[in-house]
Amino acid sequence: MLGYLIRRLAQAVVVVFAMSIIVFVGVYAIGNPIDVLIDPGATQEIRAKLIAQYGLDQPLWRQYFTFLANVAQGDMGTSMVYNIPVVDLVFSRLPATLELVLVSIMIATCIGIPAGLYAGYRPDSIAAKAIMALSVLGFSVPTFWIGMLLIMTFAVNLGVLPSGGRGDVGSFLGINTSLATLDGWSHVILPAINLSLFKMGLMIRLTRAGMVEAMRTDYVKFARAQGLTDREIIFSHVLRNISIPIVTVFGLELGSTLAFAVVTESVFTWPGVGKLIIDSILQLDRPVMVTYLVLVVILFVLINLVVDLVYARLDPRVRLKGGA
Amino acid sequence: MSDTLSPESATLATPAAARTDSRATRLRNFWSDFRRSPVAVVSLVVIVVLAALSFGAPWVVPQNPYDMASLDWLDAFLAPGTVGSGGYTHLLGTDNAGRDMLSAIFYGLRTSFVIGLSAGALALMVGICVGLSAAYFGGRVESLLMRIVDLQLSMPAILLALVLVAMLGQGVAQIILALVVAQYAYFARTTHGAATVERGKDYIEAARSTPLPTRRVLFRHLLPNVLPPLIVVATVQVASAIALEATLSFLGVGLPLTEPSLGSLISNGFKYIHTDRTWLSIYPGIFLMITVVAINLVGDQVRHVLDPRNQR
Repeated sequence: MLGYLIRRLAQAVVVVFAMSIIVFVGVYAIGNPIDVLIDPGATQEIRAKLIAQYGLDQPLWRQYFTFLANVAQGDMGTSMVYNIPVVDLVFSRLPATLELVLVSIMIATCIGIPAGLYAGYRPDSIAAKAIMALSVLGFSVPTFWIGMLLIMTFAVNLGVLPSGGRGDVGSFLGINTSLATLDGWSHVILPAINLSLFKMGLMIRLTRAGMVEAMRTDYVKFARAQGLTDREIIFSHVLRNISIPIVTVFGLELGSTLAFAVVTESVFTWPGVGKLIIDSILQLDRPVMVTYLVLVVILFVLINLVVDLVYARLDPRVRLKGGA
Repeated sequence: MSDTLSPESATLATPAAARTDSRATRLRNFWSDFRRSPVAVVSLVVIVVLAALSFGAPWVVPQNPYDMASLDWLDAFLAPGTVGSGGYTHLLGTDNAGRDMLSAIFYGLRTSFVIGLSAGALALMVGICVGLSAAYFGGRVESLLMRIVDLQLSMPAILLALVLVAMLGQGVAQIILALVVAQYAYFARTTHGAATVERGKDYIEAARSTPLPTRRVLFRHLLPNVLPPLIVVATVQVASAIALEATLSFLGVGLPLTEPSLGSLISNGFKYIHTDRTWLSIYPGIFLMITVVAINLVGDQVRHVLDPRNQR
């Protein structure tokens, strides 16, 4: 176990390094940020001075090593647009994204799992067919368009919810979050629903598939023969057995929800990291792009690692091998 | 899977005459299974009609919406059903530049189909090559290739495509390239999975023991037997490529504004959602949704038909 862990960690470090080089080279290839930042009427001297100030006159490999040396000291550079350290910038935006992701996962779970259970329990009923049709919609209709329809319906036509932005930030147990205020909830609910739809579709399909399969198994037949009600069978036996794949996919999907937040945040002008990365791509804010991408790579490598480890714990049949 | 299973099931379960192995028969069998779902048949018809209308757009719609000379500012923001200065009815209204929305939507839909189909086809080819080589050669080649594929699969395609498009710049070719890089992994994974199963079978062993070149064994013997699951992945990925292109264009990093795209049309309409000019964003969105959902529904039925558990 320990040997496996060390090997996987070493692999993770190699992957992160390799990806950081790819990201750095890739981001370097995008346009010239000076042209975006500088006033077109500026003289050549100011231009040259600015280029030198950002180190853009250095060869690429030297820029990369400067970047690495700075990262080792916890310095990811300074945003070219906001002129504040990138680390501060990203961490100031992170809570908003986490709030959004948290609420949307809650919605997806609270609706998706019961709906999936029902659809698997009575697969031929009309309600089950309707649930499956909705899951196809949640799966395939582009997120941004549904977000726009939500704004049109609830913000513009009905006028009951705000169309975008984050609400008042309150304090709960010493954590500053907009989930502590009513205004905050009224702002978060639409984007959270929008972000949850894809996940909900996935949850419904997974739970339904597990349920349909489980209802055919011998242990359910025996439980029935024993005289247990369907309710008891489902909630004390079936749910426990089908939860392993659901939990796994859930862990993996946590990261992708963070990534999907890019689209939802842009539609609802939610001030999270997703909006930040789109803005920095459009404004060629290189340090922010590099930091965000490296953070995302680290996040995904970590999630993969944790899911593998947790899976091995949950399911003793999974043998931890070298992990080629 | 029907290809791999039909010879066996034919000899075991049904009289050999019921399922001869000719291609035409297999296709006919596939079709008779497929049309059992009316929803899927309707979806297929919808896709064919939309594709025909959008590829024939220059001859079908009243205006070339991306030719500035044919636009008139006086026609801006006409409501759906109004007759414009061109003397024809703008069925879905016009936008801020006086562009007929119906024409713009069909031009945009054509871009969607072109991007979806070419990204899907290219990703399929790259994915097959990667997956087949991994399964065939095994060892280090396999673990390296599949490790990369797994890593890529753990990242959402939207994020990968977003970053790639930012690096490559705006344009149809760039978007296709970004989508291929983001999507080939799904095909590689599926090919590899199916090919590893086939690899262990006797006919591949037999083919490998003959002096046939590797290429021939891979593409003539192994590939046909791993195709069915790939067809399913392909339909899903074409739909997803269309949705991704629209999303990227909506975010402003996809196609430039001079190229027709449903995403840019919706993004343009999005500016006006606080007014009553909702036709600007609703209609292109409806066409996008119908296209993507129809392709997915067809894909669902193809999956159902090709699933060996559902074989008659």
